[in-house]
Amino acid sequence: MARVDFFPNATARRRFWPKWSRLYWQTVPVTLLLVAFFVVPVVMLLGISFLDGRGLPSIEHYRRLVEVPLYGKVLLTTLNVAFWTTLLSVVGAYPVAYLLAISRGSTRNWLIILVLLPFWTSFLVRTFAWIVLLGRKGAVNQMLMAIGITDAPLQMIYNFTGVMIGMTHALMPLATLTLLAVMEGIDPNLTKAASTMGAKGGTRFWRIYFPLTMPGVASAALLVFITSLGFFITPALLGGPQDTMIVQLIIFQIREVLNWQFAGAIGVLLVITFMVIFFFYDRVFGLSVMGGGARAPKPAPRSSIRRCCAHVGKTITRALAYVTDALIGICSTPRMTRKSGAAGSRAGLYLVCTLILGFLALPTLFVLPVSFTSEAFLTWPPTLFSLQWYRLVFDSPVWLHAAARSFAVALVTATVAMLIALPCTFALSRNNFAGKSALFGLVVAPMIVPNIFIAVGLFFLFSRLGIAGTTFGVILGHTVIVIPYVIVTVLAILKGYDRNLDHAAATMGASGVETFRRVTFPLIRSGVTASFMFAFIISFDELTIALFVTGGRITTLPKLMYEDALLSVSPRLAAVASLLLVLMSILILISELTRRKGGTRLGK
Amino acid sequence: MTERKTKLTIRGLTKRYGAATALDHVDLDLTDGEFLTMLGPSGSGKTTLLWSVAGLNHPDGGKIWIDGRDATSVPASGRDIGMVFQNYALFPHLSVSENISFPLEMRKVSPRDRSLAITRALEMVKLEHVGDRFCDQLSGGQQQRIALARAFVANPSIILMDEPLGALDKKLRDHLQLEIKRLHERLGMTVLYVTHDQEEAMVMSDRICLMNQGRIEQIGTPDELYFQPKSLFAADFLGEANLIPSRITGEEAGCLIVELLGMGTVRTRSTPPRPNGPNVVHFTRPESIAIQADAENKANRLYGHVSEVVVSGAITKLFVHVGDALMKISLLTSVSQRVREGERITIGWDDDVGRVLSRSQKEAA
Repeated sequence: MARVDFFPNATARRRFWPKWSRLYWQTVPVTLLLVAFFVVPVVMLLGISFLDGRGLPSIEHYRRLVEVPLYGKVLLTTLNVAFWTTLLSVVGAYPVAYLLAISRGSTRNWLIILVLLPFWTSFLVRTFAWIVLLGRKGAVNQMLMAIGITDAPLQMIYNFTGVMIGMTHALMPLATLTLLAVMEGIDPNLTKAASTMGAKGGTRFWRIYFPLTMPGVASAALLVFITSLGFFITPALLGGPQDTMIVQLIIFQIREVLNWQFAGAIGVLLVITFMVIFFFYDRVFGLSVMGGGARAPKPAPRSSIRRCCAHVGKTITRALAYVTDALIGICSTPRMTRKSGAAGSRAGLYLVCTLILGFLALPTLFVLPVSFTSEAFLTWPPTLFSLQWYRLVFDSPVWLHAAARSFAVALVTATVAMLIALPCTFALSRNNFAGKSALFGLVVAPMIVPNIFIAVGLFFLFSRLGIAGTTFGVILGHTVIVIPYVIVTVLAILKGYDRNLDHAAATMGASGVETFRRVTFPLIRSGVTASFMFAFIISFDELTIALFVTGGRITTLPKLMYEDALLSVSPRLAAVASLLLVLMSILILISELTRRKGGTRLGK
Repeated sequence: MTERKTKLTIRGLTKRYGAATALDHVDLDLTDGEFLTMLGPSGSGKTTLLWSVAGLNHPDGGKIWIDGRDATSVPASGRDIGMVFQNYALFPHLSVSENISFPLEMRKVSPRDRSLAITRALEMVKLEHVGDRFCDQLSGGQQQRIALARAFVANPSIILMDEPLGALDKKLRDHLQLEIKRLHERLGMTVLYVTHDQEEAMVMSDRICLMNQGRIEQIGTPDELYFQPKSLFAADFLGEANLIPSRITGEEAGCLIVELLGMGTVRTRSTPPRPNGPNVVHFTRPESIAIQADAENKANRLYGHVSEVVVSGAITKLFVHVGDALMKISLLTSVSQRVREGERITIGWDDDVGRVLSRSQKEAA
């Protein structure tokens, strides 16, 4: 540097250029990858829906969508399922999130793990567990008949009930974590302040706490709703033919009929549904609440819908406050002290949360005993004890190869995603540059766009490039969907990082590289490790991309499980599911604990 | 002054957090219209006491009466209080008017009276024009005033304030101190105020209750606390003090003869509480000590030399070596009477400005 001081102009230039070139190499790889393997395939897929069988422009597929009543019916079913899933998930998640928000210390840490475990446990394993539990000869039916409540087994799966149970179970952790983020931002003094002004319990909840959590309720509902719209595993395995959802139609069109254009058209229908939902959501709540935080939506004068909703909401919460206070007044005797009243409501909360957490955490455990059965079929209670199904799995080259491929794909995916996403995260968190918000939108988009879109689009693109059905293709696809998770989690870590530590290191004479190696990285290492593990888990567990991009030539573990489950639900599958469950739980616990350790070190 | 009725009575209030005792059998009385400040270092129990009065925590023992009514087991919502929180606790989802309206609605005030009261409250805090805004659109000082308006609008029995000015910068704090004092006088409300800022306590309060380790150290007017501390802690916590280890050697005509160890002997009026041993600490305020010509006619005179002179604007601080000890002296900065470092100096004070304090808490008990 000292030599450059002789040329003051050169100094200025050198400072300018390195900064920009750094920004380029930080952001360009991610951008290129996402444009090539996310934007291009999705746009291509939407584009071909306007072509007919000979490749000429036509709207025949859309005419078919409108004219054949089946498609409208499936769309309605999909919306219906998504609506009820959303309602049940958010209502169930609310008390759990509240309990988490008011808990402290180790209680809270264990509760969080109880929510995180089902959140990260494979959808396939969880769905499979419900088959074990709710089937005609499943645990629940056997128990009901043993007690004598019913004579014949109840039909609880392969119908709407089964889909509801499975999907609520699948999505409630997502709703819980979204709500929790907002509830943690609410100042606990606010309800206390209300009580000093004379507000009783019901009024405090409905008029102060509940409105403040509305942004969380709204974003949890939106997330659950759009995720449900893109679901197919649960309805396919737990639903009957009448519960077919729209994504299943797309899969059918591509895998059975090979009608790409029509599949694209159904995709467009889904996109339009999305946009309509986003439009109304924005009108009522404002999309800004998606960012989380406890900022309340303000009635903007331009939106009469929102003002109207705010007014209706206020009237409803007032009425609810009045009713709740009256009920509490009736239930509590005058002799009840303040302390016992508080203890009573606390006990009620614990009871409700225990039931919900039990619903979230316990069912999955039922795959374990079933996997040790010595019989040839799934029965409850299982006849113990035999390792025959595990032996069968470990003797089968098909399963072993699939497992090995999944493992390799997950490892490479997580590594590549880390290597190209980490620099971009630094750029996003520490620099302001033109197009920053556009870049952020691009990198999180794969998290919002349903995986089925990316999967079908990629299959189409890869077929043209000749890499469909290769492990390389699967890795590319997984990298695309893992990148948003890596960036979002690492961004959260960098947000809590005090940059003055870097500045301090610089004043002590450390170069940029040395600062990163000896100060920055050691501090964020545990967070980055946890992020890597999550990336690994997502890829290892991923079904949608694998289902399409492998093109029937190769298989991954989730794909093999899915296809096996579609054919028959055997104890062998229970053995695989048990192995997965144990392996994943260990991984999740390790990453959660490392993340926590890092959190304390950053002084959080 | 006419006899005023008692607003708040606290007897034997005790609160424990695990093994730690936050409040240890505290007794306190507050008369109608009084401004009483709880002052003390952090962890002294002042906020715990305030929260107990508000009904926001469950005391482990003792009783609280508000307006002669036993309020110990009454929930916060039934106590008819107004409270200002340190971080304001304004409801972010409600407008300013709706915030102020809330305590009125809870007391079932009719809509017409409500809007009148809100307008009046906003006038009182000089923020008539912000009623329709949301709280995060206001500055810190404005939010503070809205919190104040929300606390007094329903005319509650007592107003509780928990370090309400803690988050503001010095200039705004000084301004709002006076504004709160003015509101207190105009509305005649009873205020229980918590702060760790001694200057704030001195400026605002009718009485100050100094707390230490869950107990009341001393309670009295700001003047009493400042010039007549009853313990070493009180003397040390408020302002600056010369605290010289001493020994009582005799008594004569209402005065104690006190030997300031290593400095000389002085006479100090004997005032309660009497120390229970001869080994004590002698207390004087730096500003009670005169120098040179002014010191000549004082009851106590000592001689030393100036080791340091610090001019901090209107006040000049002298550090004077007397024997083995160092005395701090504060004077108004004057042009004519300049003192130089190293100069020999006479210092003196009357026998009614010094005090004799027990050396430790245990001896005083």
